[in-house]
Amino acid sequence: MIAQQLINALTLGSVYALFALGFTLVFGVLEVINLAHGAVFMAGAYAALLLVTKANLNIWVALPLAMLASGALGLLIDQIVLKPLRGRRAHHLMPMIATIGAATLITNAAQGIFGAETSRFPLGTIPEESFQIGTIRITELQIAIVIISFLLMLLLMVILKKTRLGKAVRAVAENPQTSYLLGINVEGVFRLVSFTAAALGGGAGVLIGLSFNAIFPFMGQPLMPKGIAVIILGGMGDVRGAMVGGLFLGVAEVMSVAYLSSDYRDAVAFGLLFLILLVRPSGLFGRVLERKA
Amino acid sequence: MLRINGLTKQFGGLRVLDEVSFQVPEGIIYGLIGPNGAGKTTLFNLITGILKSNTGTVHLGDELLTGLPPHRVTQAGIGRTFQNIRIFREMTLLENVMVGMHDHLRYGLAGTLLALPSHRREEKRGRERARELLSWLSLDTKATIEAGSLSYGEQRKLELARALATEPKVLLIDEPAAGMNPAETEELMGEITCISRRGYTILLIEHDMRLVMGLCQRIAVLNFGVLIAEGAPAEIRCNPEVVEAYLGKDV
Amino acid sequence: MTDDLQVFWATYNTLVYTVGVHAMLALSIYLTLSCGLLSLGNAAFMGIGAYTAALATLRLGLPFGEALALGGLLPGLVALVIGIPTLRLSGVYLAMATLGFGEVVRVVFLNLEITGGSMGLNGIPMKTQLWHIVAILVVLVYGFVRLRRSKIGRAFEAIKEDETAAKAMGINTTSYKLLAFVLGAIIAGVAGGLNAHFTFFVSPREYGFDPAVDILTGAIFGGTGSFVGPMVGSAILAILPELLRFLKAFRLAVNGLILILVVIYLPNGIWDRKLFARLRRKGSA
Repeated sequence: MIAQQLINALTLGSVYALFALGFTLVFGVLEVINLAHGAVFMAGAYAALLLVTKANLNIWVALPLAMLASGALGLLIDQIVLKPLRGRRAHHLMPMIATIGAATLITNAAQGIFGAETSRFPLGTIPEESFQIGTIRITELQIAIVIISFLLMLLLMVILKKTRLGKAVRAVAENPQTSYLLGINVEGVFRLVSFTAAALGGGAGVLIGLSFNAIFPFMGQPLMPKGIAVIILGGMGDVRGAMVGGLFLGVAEVMSVAYLSSDYRDAVAFGLLFLILLVRPSGLFGRVLERKA
Repeated sequence: MLRINGLTKQFGGLRVLDEVSFQVPEGIIYGLIGPNGAGKTTLFNLITGILKSNTGTVHLGDELLTGLPPHRVTQAGIGRTFQNIRIFREMTLLENVMVGMHDHLRYGLAGTLLALPSHRREEKRGRERARELLSWLSLDTKATIEAGSLSYGEQRKLELARALATEPKVLLIDEPAAGMNPAETEELMGEITCISRRGYTILLIEHDMRLVMGLCQRIAVLNFGVLIAEGAPAEIRCNPEVVEAYLGKDV
Repeated sequence: MTDDLQVFWATYNTLVYTVGVHAMLALSIYLTLSCGLLSLGNAAFMGIGAYTAALATLRLGLPFGEALALGGLLPGLVALVIGIPTLRLSGVYLAMATLGFGEVVRVVFLNLEITGGSMGLNGIPMKTQLWHIVAILVVLVYGFVRLRRSKIGRAFEAIKEDETAAKAMGINTTSYKLLAFVLGAIIAGVAGGLNAHFTFFVSPREYGFDPAVDILTGAIFGGTGSFVGPMVGSAILAILPELLRFLKAFRLAVNGLILILVVIYLPNGIWDRKLFARLRRKGSA
């Protein structure tokens, strides 16, 4: 029983981590709380749905294409909405408010186009095989979700840690002005991060769409407070922390549904979040460094 | 008046202040000098309660200041200015100075909301006092403009007026002449002397040796967190250790 | 009243009430913003006020005035208790902590028997009248005007501009921040109580993450330079969907577009007194 729950928690948690990773990346580098991340997540799911239904693609081909599409959407948001605000002495919350505008625009446009009702992938899109190991049942989809999420996260970590590009990204996260003086293409890094973060968010959208087989315009909304919870648990702007935080949230939710009551699922996560902030404001992994935001 | 006894501050393994002790007698201008990184501003932050010392005490008269939160230190009678100017840029000069009077305006939330006579009376008294303080630093003609639009030198003066508004027994001034031209510095020296004559005790950090030697009756010298000399300006000038550590290059 | 006016009122009275309640919420978040606190707990405080007032009416049969007073008091007390540990945080951390608190409150409403679970409370009698909302708004605006010209208002602004300098001026910043937080919670609570008594029901959904963000959006959209901006901003955001009704399914999308345009072209919000002053100078020159 507990092993079965852990499998479920791992699946859910790895998608949360993937979602939060993009969220935390944007916060860490652009210093913007991107509230349009949930809308990009939804857009990724719809993109995959269209590719499967209209272009008759296999879902595993559609997934990377949907990620590219949502990455492009993220880039568009950055260029149209956030770029004009950079380097301005406006209220420091203005960029966040602008992303709320973008989220409202995208979500409601999706509702205008696709309608408010829930769409589903056609029969046969989602792998339905499952394995029985003792009393535990694991579906092929669960395995795929965990593997894909972890591969993407590992890839990102390696790029950030080992490559020149990763070093540039980390330098900009530390201090954009200094990075600019050091000859780093700061705008380029912003574009790259916006694209990557949105691609990861869109990927998470596809995976959630697959595992619940439900795609609807407002599917990104419940993810926003969760994403925030995860990056606080893990420390804001911290990549490793977002992964651990996401898994932790998955476990907390699945376990509280299994052993308490489904009603208290969110209370457990957010109660923990509230307590952690009071005890350790910088999160579990965060540097004890007060960002002025 | 102000007694500093065995004050030590460590950041990690670095000892920024090491057993510093000295006393500022009432009514004089006391200078605190030393090369960059000697721990002068840290000392100010310890006195005003922004930082907590590892060991040592600060007394104002008979009152122990050590351990008090910053606003209580101010209420006890320590006024200060900041090295990197920290005026309220979006308020007028008058409002800036009136923020300094916060603890001396005798009315509360009820007085404000119900427009009680106490509110009107105290606000009027406060405004008049604020204009008087601004006139001490010849800023009274600009009382109603936004502080952010002042020149650099004027902003430093506004900080002084604002610090005076807290009715300090001892006024801590952190590098008042930094970034000023010689004419402005000259004017500032006159104004600080005037403030001192009105009965304020002053503890002054400054790099400009001409200003320090011209203004201060006593001087303490910090070097790498250690107090290396203390005395009248003439003694400090001839102290070989001071000359080597600090004056050697500048004078 | 002429017939036209009656038709208008019958169609739009709920909207007028809503605009009034949103203006109160805008004032409540402005109060915390004006001393530099980004608190997103206002929706939760509104919820506590709404449930408290509604239960006071439904279960205790209290008169409306007393129900409203309770609806302000309880959020104020809760703010006092959670404010002491929470207000040590600053910037986004405070925003996140208050959001977390809001989610906890929402889940509590969802699960308590007395709050009616996910169904919420229904059949709350219509007790709010237009003059209630107008009177409370007038009192609040008067209070904000008084506050601005007092040592308390100056202390708030000093804390917002530079907390360290404010402390050095002898201001007990912790108490003033707590004061702003508690007063903000009381205002939000009363707004919630009023809201419950003209929408006839309260449910947990109205007080979660999205409304919390909406309240902030209205305030920043209007401009936080003075208390007028947030009221104007939230009123416009409440009315806009009605004006854009002809766009049908896309009307909220246009709402988002307008928000983006305002942020880009009017970075200090639409109620920007400095901009007005510049325009006036240009006009007379």
